[in-house]
Amino acid sequence: MNKRQIWLTLITLALFAAVPPLTVILDQPFYMDVVARIMILAIAAVSLDLILGYGGMVSFGHAAYMGVGAYAVGILSYYGMDNGFLQFPLAMGASALIGLVFGAMSLRTTGVYFIMITLAFAQMLYFLAVSLEEFGGDDGMPAMRSEFAGLLDLNDSMQFYYLIFACLALTLIILHRLVLSRFGMVIRAARGNERRMQALGFSTYRYKLTAFTIAATLCGLSGALFANLNEFVSPDVMQWTHSGEIMIMVIMGGMGTLIGPVLGAAAFLLLEENLPEWMELVMTNAGEHWAIIMGPILIAIVLFGRGGIHALFIRKGKVHG
Amino acid sequence: MDPLLLLEQAFNGLQFGVMLFLIAAGLTLVFGIMDLVNLAHGALVMIGAYLATALVAWTDSFILGMILALPATFAVGALVEIVALRTLYRRDHLDQVLATFGLILFFNEIVRIIWGPVSLYSGLPDYLSGHVEIIPGAPYPVFRLLIIAVGLAVAAIIYFIVAHTRLGMLIRAGASNNEMVGALGVNIKSLFTFVFALGAVFAGLAGMMLGPLTSVEPGMGEPLLILAFVVIIIGGIGSIRGAFIAAIIVGLADTMGRVLLPVLLRAVVSDAAADTAGPALASMLIYILMAAILVVRPRGLFPARTG
Amino acid sequence: MVEPALQIEGLCKSFGSLVATDDLHLDIAPGEIHAIIGPNGAGKTTLISQLSGEQRPDKGRIKFTGRDITSLSMPARATLGLARSFQITSIFSDFSTLDNVALAVQAHAGHSFHFWRPANKAATLRGPALHALERIGLGKRADEPAANLSHGEQRQLEIAMALATEPAVMLLDEPMAGMGRDETANMVEILQGLKSRHTIVLIEHDMDAVFALADRITVLVYGRAIATGRPEEIRANDAVRAAYLGTGDA
Repeated sequence: MNKRQIWLTLITLALFAAVPPLTVILDQPFYMDVVARIMILAIAAVSLDLILGYGGMVSFGHAAYMGVGAYAVGILSYYGMDNGFLQFPLAMGASALIGLVFGAMSLRTTGVYFIMITLAFAQMLYFLAVSLEEFGGDDGMPAMRSEFAGLLDLNDSMQFYYLIFACLALTLIILHRLVLSRFGMVIRAARGNERRMQALGFSTYRYKLTAFTIAATLCGLSGALFANLNEFVSPDVMQWTHSGEIMIMVIMGGMGTLIGPVLGAAAFLLLEENLPEWMELVMTNAGEHWAIIMGPILIAIVLFGRGGIHALFIRKGKVHG
Repeated sequence: MDPLLLLEQAFNGLQFGVMLFLIAAGLTLVFGIMDLVNLAHGALVMIGAYLATALVAWTDSFILGMILALPATFAVGALVEIVALRTLYRRDHLDQVLATFGLILFFNEIVRIIWGPVSLYSGLPDYLSGHVEIIPGAPYPVFRLLIIAVGLAVAAIIYFIVAHTRLGMLIRAGASNNEMVGALGVNIKSLFTFVFALGAVFAGLAGMMLGPLTSVEPGMGEPLLILAFVVIIIGGIGSIRGAFIAAIIVGLADTMGRVLLPVLLRAVVSDAAADTAGPALASMLIYILMAAILVVRPRGLFPARTG
Repeated sequence: MVEPALQIEGLCKSFGSLVATDDLHLDIAPGEIHAIIGPNGAGKTTLISQLSGEQRPDKGRIKFTGRDITSLSMPARATLGLARSFQITSIFSDFSTLDNVALAVQAHAGHSFHFWRPANKAATLRGPALHALERIGLGKRADEPAANLSHGEQRQLEIAMALATEPAVMLLDEPMAGMGRDETANMVEILQGLKSRHTIVLIEHDMDAVFALADRITVLVYGRAIATGRPEEIRANDAVRAAYLGTGDA
């Protein structure tokens, strides 16, 4: 990892860390919520970057794992089990398991088939959630914030914020080491030339499946945090459009960079929040039609925005390795 | 289990299946020939429905409106291909997915701006609103029978085109190797535009016929799109025959599954459990079926592409 | 009788009505450089493909030091000691030259489920990788991005990667493809240096190189071996002349 990238990462994290005290000083507690949401989605986006940006696996169903994590917390909460020490590991374990099962089947295919299968599996989970009347079905159900036996009070916005921050920082550290490790080299090389890797002696399927599972697990963590933030779980988190949005965050931020998707999550959410307002400035009642601007923006990013936001700070070239 | 109810559901399954085939046909052709992942195909279903509803209202004739909607959808399809999609052929699948995802947002919003967010009412004329007895004692909606008939007719037309015409030969050749077709001097650009627009017409036709059954609203195409993907995965990308067989299987499995699964489950577990698990399993059934088929055939039942 | 390094028994492969491999029988002796030559379309690359495990034969068996590997996957065969270089350069252009070879070393250094320590600091990978590069003559280009290497250097990198896995048998598919005279001469020297430490199956069109390197030559025509023997024997063989020079015989 080159120096510039390390600086970018540290500065971004420092900015995130500074938000709570700043919002207290400026008396704008709302923004702590906004940035907390950004960080949670950043974890999801970074986890997708591992398999998409580094591994070249175009998984269009990644939001499903966020849903699994969220519902794990929600369902346990429903049955009165609010213990965070139980909920979080179970949430991550469930996402890992489902990621393993879906990944095992999906990774037997390639190209367009892979994209569509990951999408279809995610949709399957969505319909499952919708059909579970007991847990709110289409409307979803409320969830209590997890309890951490007095060590941490998630009802205190600042403590919760720093928990999310810690999860994001940890995710970035773990994945940073991962992509440079032997395992990471296999994933990255297989992306560029899988046939060659197999000819060298690597059973690439195993490694890709492992990466897929790791990504699902981290996304499950994101989901557990998400359920806590909203104090609500609903099938919407697993909608395929949500998978699309997470993918956009990765691309917008700069895929294959880890910090890029964090920036992408921030950019996407801020755009989504503010675009209607900005459109109102131009023309009244235009704000509700923000999607008509958002659509072409996306297309433009894809066609012209090589390297994403990350490339604005760091010239395209060797980022890792 | 009432056999007449089963028969009715079987017909519904068949109707759903042909509708899925209409949507999947265009999708699989575009995948197979142009190697383009087009997430916005569902939007074409929606556009067909909206155009039909508008034209029916304008001409004050159901038949005329429906017929006019076909070339209208063709034109929209051709326009979209020329303006928005041509740059995507050279791009990798990820770019195509994201760009067409952006197109969905755009189309859903355009439709909302022109016709408003509330679903449109798309009615049927009297002569299509009745029932017909398919066997004595089993009345079945005329319109649904019409859909089945139209769907099968289109399938037959597509089969004829693909198997017995020069265009069809180009399509089959393109599905397995589109570079070669270009090298043979065929105007690839026009072929691609035509194929895409043709796929748009089929999708629009599905939308038009779906309108009176459900409702015409923004985003109506997306749930069907994903099912169409499942159909193509099961059938094999690039294969019309595969799409047809898979569509019928999926249509029947989904419809019959929703009816039969709760019943079957009641025999095995408690009523309460069956009532919870039944609908849940039924909605997952198609995807489980897809996964099962993929284990044995990772490229679907009748894959057309060699690459 | 020394056990052959590779035994090909009754190998058959067809693509529709096109017969690529036609009941092929061939033994490769350990330590030899065995060249496979033949006109275009003779099925040479398909043969390598089946030997390496990329494609499955329709019929027949392949044995590697006595062991039947016909049903083994590509990675499994590579792990056993069967390395391959590709006709069309197939390297990891996003990585440096050294990283490319280090990956090859890594493939044979046990499993790669190591998640924490950086791979580019592992001396057990870098050392042998650098050594392989030096043997090939690319030592000075170790830190260069592989994409920046010249065509000839990339072909050398292909060989280095195959070498780095310490293979018993190397399958080289036209290593000299697209090379100029000097580069070819250099490559011939390198390959001669590998003799006796590795068994090499060499597909090549460059006849000078073939006759300079090969201990034995097999001539493949329409998927069939029409002659096998020492270079002098092949040179004098009538059937071979007919096949190459086309003296009226089909």
